[in-house]
Amino acid sequence: MKRIVNLNVNGRQVEDVVADSLLLVDYLRDRQGLTGAKKGCDGGECGACTVLVDGRPRLACITLAASVDGAKIETIEGQAKNGRLSALQRAFHENLGTQCGFCTPGMIMAAEGLLKSNSDPTEDQIKTALGGNLCRCTGYVKIIRSVQLAARATAEATQ
Amino acid sequence: MSEVMPDFQLARPTTLDEAVVALATPEARIIAGGTDLNVQLRMGLAAPATLVDLSLISALKTLESSTSGTRIGAGVTLADLASDERVAAYYPAITEAAALVAGPTHREVATLGGNLCLDTRCLYYNQSHWWRKSNDYCLKYQGDICHVAPKGNRCRAAYSGDLAPALMVHDARLEIIGPDGIRQVMLADFYREDGADYIDLKPGEMVTAAVLPPPKGPSGYRKIRVRGAVDFPLAGVAVEAEETKDGKRFTIALTGTNSCPIMVDMPDVLTDDPNAFFANLNKAVQKAVSPQRTTTIAPHYRRLSIAAMAARLARELV
Repeated sequence: MKRIVNLNVNGRQVEDVVADSLLLVDYLRDRQGLTGAKKGCDGGECGACTVLVDGRPRLACITLAASVDGAKIETIEGQAKNGRLSALQRAFHENLGTQCGFCTPGMIMAAEGLLKSNSDPTEDQIKTALGGNLCRCTGYVKIIRSVQLAARATAEATQ
Repeated sequence: MSEVMPDFQLARPTTLDEAVVALATPEARIIAGGTDLNVQLRMGLAAPATLVDLSLISALKTLESSTSGTRIGAGVTLADLASDERVAAYYPAITEAAALVAGPTHREVATLGGNLCLDTRCLYYNQSHWWRKSNDYCLKYQGDICHVAPKGNRCRAAYSGDLAPALMVHDARLEIIGPDGIRQVMLADFYREDGADYIDLKPGEMVTAAVLPPPKGPSGYRKIRVRGAVDFPLAGVAVEAEETKDGKRFTIALTGTNSCPIMVDMPDVLTDDPNAFFANLNKAVQKAVSPQRTTTIAPHYRRLSIAAMAARLARELV
């Protein structure tokens, strides 16, 4: 079975025909060409496919595209605005929050989901929010630091 | 894993009545958050003709609390359940259990109903299709032998929901809707010790809510798991401590060690000799459980761990 879905992907309204069984990660990667969301474990265990659905983090590899009909989807590709990196992207770049880079899109989107609801998270809150995201380079210290510095940079910029 | 999804039709009812009609179609299955079922579909562990998506039914997402008790809709997400202040005040075991299910991103969409009905798990079952085929499948699905207990006649897969014991110590009932109307069942009676047939849900039925009486006393939930931030319980325990005229009485429920969540029979109240009492409690839990080789972690370790956790948690609640 197929159906028409209306999605807002990174600010762009799209209407598309999808199979009922199509997963969101496959839709984004294969149909939209947005390959930032990664297929790591492909089973909801590693967080590399994390995107935001209506502002909340979701695992795109265990989400049916048809089940998010009408939703606003944000991926790593939509984070930089007018050629400027987002606060999290800049912080990951400047503080070595990225090593091999495979987990980075998922890490940044999960962190973005946290900062949307909590602009000044504690270290424990960051650890909890990123608890479902694996980094096999094991660069967790720098990742947590990057999120803290992004939160601080955003707070300073809005003062 | 990278296996393809099977073909199915997705039904998206917006009311309970529509959901019951959709569920009455042949080979229909419920999907709520999909955090477990979508993984199973990829592994070839289910091939439904229709998936009935409950996520648009607002009637399932209400959480009501009053002096006479609390009613939690089956569609309430675990993230919402874990952050609800009323639940935290009256039923701390439920808050703690909800916060310890899987990872934060799973909890955003995973639901109470999905966790209560969570499929049993086993080393020989939660594997890709080619893995299971090369092992001649297993008793739970597509095969004839339980590889965990080949001489036995039932599936030994372990029930691994975290919420069930936390709700059971608080005497929860389930509301179930189906073709024959609405019925209620005590949560403790909803499960049975058979990994292949572990819940009392007839074709076409679905859980709509859990109903809790006012709490009898404080409670808590503890679990052990392989990966601290994201995992099913190797063993989990909920304890409620009730003050009676004879002394403190503990209600204990366990998960992860059997094919269903189980209550531990604890007839005694806390005596003047707490060390002896908690040693007995530890022994009673060890005796009640029967962990099998369903995970990579040794059954004996899980038996000792769950007993130790139960005794420690009971002490904390005194």
